[in-house]
Amino acid sequence: MRLLGKRPTWLYKQPVRWAFLAATIALLLSFPFWASRYWIDVGFYVGLYALLGLGLNVILGEVGLFNLGHAAFWALGAYTTAILNVRLGIPTLALLPLSALVAGGCAWLISSPIIHLRGDYLCIVTIALGEIVRLVLINNPAGLTGGPNGVIGIARPVFLGHVIRTPLDFYFLVWAMVALCAFALRQLQRSRIGRAWNYIREDEIAAEAMGVDVRSLKLLAFVLGAALAGLAGNIFAAKMRMVSPDSFTFMESCLMFCIVLLGGMGSIPGTILGAALVVLFPEIFRPVAQYRLLFFGLALAATMYFRPGGLWPRRRAVEFTAGRAARP
Amino acid sequence: MLTFIQQLLNGLTIGSFYAFVALGYSLIYAILKLINFAHGDLFGLGAYVGYTVFVYAFGVIGGALGLWGLLAVGFAAAALATAGAGLVIERVAYRPIYPIGRLPAVVSALGMAIFLSNLIMAVWGPRYLAYQESFIPTGFWQIGEFRIRILQVLILVSALVLLGILYFVVEKTTFGAAIRAAALDRETAALMGIDFLKVIRFAFAMGPALGAIAGVFVGMYYRQINFTMGWVYGLKAFTATIMGGIGNIPGAMVGGILLGLLEAMTAGYISAAWKDVFVFAALMLMLIFRPTGLLGEKVAEKV
Repeated sequence: MRLLGKRPTWLYKQPVRWAFLAATIALLLSFPFWASRYWIDVGFYVGLYALLGLGLNVILGEVGLFNLGHAAFWALGAYTTAILNVRLGIPTLALLPLSALVAGGCAWLISSPIIHLRGDYLCIVTIALGEIVRLVLINNPAGLTGGPNGVIGIARPVFLGHVIRTPLDFYFLVWAMVALCAFALRQLQRSRIGRAWNYIREDEIAAEAMGVDVRSLKLLAFVLGAALAGLAGNIFAAKMRMVSPDSFTFMESCLMFCIVLLGGMGSIPGTILGAALVVLFPEIFRPVAQYRLLFFGLALAATMYFRPGGLWPRRRAVEFTAGRAARP
Repeated sequence: MLTFIQQLLNGLTIGSFYAFVALGYSLIYAILKLINFAHGDLFGLGAYVGYTVFVYAFGVIGGALGLWGLLAVGFAAAALATAGAGLVIERVAYRPIYPIGRLPAVVSALGMAIFLSNLIMAVWGPRYLAYQESFIPTGFWQIGEFRIRILQVLILVSALVLLGILYFVVEKTTFGAAIRAAALDRETAALMGIDFLKVIRFAFAMGPALGAIAGVFVGMYYRQINFTMGWVYGLKAFTATIMGGIGNIPGAMVGGILLGLLEAMTAGYISAAWKDVFVFAALMLMLIFRPTGLLGEKVAEKV
């Protein structure tokens, strides 16, 4: 905000917003037809991280629960898919809801006793959780997870007889999921639950005093966010055809955290933009590969200085007051 | 019995590393309520600076002052360089941001952590570097069946002495009272004429300096260093900080030693591969049942 000054109001006019949305969708749809295979893959990863970011955005952005272990739920989804597909031969795409359920269920089990902890402590528990999950995967309990090598040989997903194989297929699969989730989350954001979430984030004690069921709503956010990460895990496992513990490090959790804060807490388009930046940054700076993460670190700090609310902050006032008045 | 004593000694040594690093986290958290994620990487930086001094100054200083002189110079250089880095990071990446809010500061801290570890990689390369035997005190005492390495004694003694000095400064001196006051209530402390910036500078010089000393010791103890070591030790040390109660100096020491012992004992008696799982599970249990840590800070959530 400080850099750009006050944004012009015409940007918020409804037709402009629709035109912008249409242009974005057109770009995303046409992108794979003029880009190279390599960039389609990059586009896939933008979508994947957008999905992960949307999940974390529910937890961190909407409710303000610090979660630095989001990669754990991603890993749970990916390993659920990998193990059930390789061992029992259940089709990969059929495991999509199951992966979400497993990740969400585990999140419920784990977060129930810790959800009352205040900010920093919750942050540490989630870090510990992320590490525990990764270490357990490496240690190969009961020979299920394949240790450091992971699980290989996951079958291609089949959608209505069409085998999802090429980068193009996966690109559309992941972006379809992103579109679906973004739409659903937007509806949720504007519902009673979404408003209660934001209330908890802004002032937990006041919310509780007003009769908001803080504990259940926090749990709901945690479970929902984790379930979305589980979905992303399923798609990731299907794309890579293998999963290994190396993919789910603390660094990944940090990146997701940065995606949400770069984009703007609680902002859905912001989160997608954040994912694009985090994925594209290393790609664009590939010529200086050795130093790109160095600059990435600096860029994070600089963004927080110049735009502490994120690059695309959510406009709360307009949405809840002016927006409401305009649409009776 | 032999295993027990050996693991006890190992645990105390590793625990001292954690205690050193945990102190930096605790000190900065107490004052700013900021988890300084870059602290682990400052510790890594210390190990690399120490390594460089040892390698390049070996011929010059090692000849004139002997091994102990070389060690003293190496430790001093590592501590000074890292304290300087800590101060620069505070000035550039934190001070402009913490008035804005705590979450942006956390992201900035993460950014600095990524920056530092990659800076180390860019300067010294991604491969493991070996601390050579020629600049490590290799002697040991043989008592009956087991041996005590001089290095281990050195680590334990310096942990006790340095942390004791820090404890004395914070708890018994006037400046220490200023630090505690600033930690308790920054605005009131400022009204009482306490120079808050000075307190912050102290924390950002002292914490990384102690971390750097631990870094050099880790290099000597394990004989190898890598640019990712900051993450690993940072995370463990942070666990130790929480266990002891964050923002509490004796707590950081107790937490560090306890974590080291827990790790060594699980490695010795249960399974080395599962030791970190036990460590983090203990952390979670601790947070569920006693969220303020063993010697915890006593703060009620302010309304």
